[in-house]
Amino acid sequence: MSLFRLFKSRGAAPVARERLQILLAHERVALGPRDLVAILRDELLATIKRHVEIDPEKVKVTMERAGAYSTLEIDVEIPCDKIDAGASRSVASTQASAA
Amino acid sequence: MSKVIVVTSGKGGVGKTTSTASIGAALAQSGQRVCVVDFDVGLRNLDLVLGAERRVVYDFINVAQGDAKLTQALIRDKRVDTLHLLAASQTRDKDALSSEGVERVIGELRMSFDWVICDSPAGIERGALLAMRFADQAIVVTNPEISSVRDSDRIIGLLDSRTRRAESGERIDKQLLLTRFDPARSNRGEMLSIADVLDILSIPLLGVIPESEEVLRASNLGAPVTINGSAGPAGRAYREAARRLAGETVPVAIPDEKKTFLNRLFGRRAA
Repeated sequence: MSLFRLFKSRGAAPVARERLQILLAHERVALGPRDLVAILRDELLATIKRHVEIDPEKVKVTMERAGAYSTLEIDVEIPCDKIDAGASRSVASTQASAA
Repeated sequence: MSKVIVVTSGKGGVGKTTSTASIGAALAQSGQRVCVVDFDVGLRNLDLVLGAERRVVYDFINVAQGDAKLTQALIRDKRVDTLHLLAASQTRDKDALSSEGVERVIGELRMSFDWVICDSPAGIERGALLAMRFADQAIVVTNPEISSVRDSDRIIGLLDSRTRRAESGERIDKQLLLTRFDPARSNRGEMLSIADVLDILSIPLLGVIPESEEVLRASNLGAPVTINGSAGPAGRAYREAARRLAGETVPVAIPDEKKTFLNRLFGRRAA
């Protein structure tokens, strides 16, 4: 290594960061399918929370993992004053399934 | 309401036991009733770090198997009387703990304590899975080093899938405790930065504990940095992390680089 490069060297942390990002992107996919349902649940709830305040007691989440596919069912009760349409009591239901 | 926290990491030697003892002691000092539980059956060390190694008579396995009452096994700290320890067994092996036994003991602890802090063994096997199984919240202890970050990523995946909460569709809160951080080396680009680790693991930050001599001194003495009167940066960082855990808003202090004589004299070349 030349003297010039010795002084110019900026450390190995950027290399570590890049290696980790590539490695973990692969490992998350390899180990992923089992956790995909959990990720969907978190993101769907976060999206709903952006629009309405949800009472944690009024959220029902069921996840079933059986055989070749999993199901995720989220039932959220949204208070009627939050709904413009004016339905007396509304239940929003989201269903997602992951292969 | 009682909270069960698991302190976990996947990788060994990153500071789970030190962090359990330091945060547990800090919470107890603020008057909260705290029990720290050692899940590392066969390789217990939490008793040693807390200076209680000669006071262990009954342990977690004795209680889980019904051979001793919980009150007989709990060891009250001599310095902070709201801090208790439930030691692991040193002579049994990991299979001696059953999921039912652990669930019953955790349930009993919930009734008497505000905080139950479970010190997980390293690895991703039975012991580590049992330590996280009944937790409400997790502290993921990570060093700014690639193998530790990779193992933490794996542990986060397990927290999201193998805990009782995850299985029943609830969310388990996970927070990152970055330990053994060296600001000077990070500034020079030799060590992953706080932002790098947060970016890769994408969980909220509980605290940054700087590499510090006081941590080794504390374990030598059997007195966690938060109760031995240490005024050093690690003690301060653990105290603040404990306050954040309890729900206070405390800004995360980024540890400063130590200014040595030469450093001051020449200044640093480039940031």
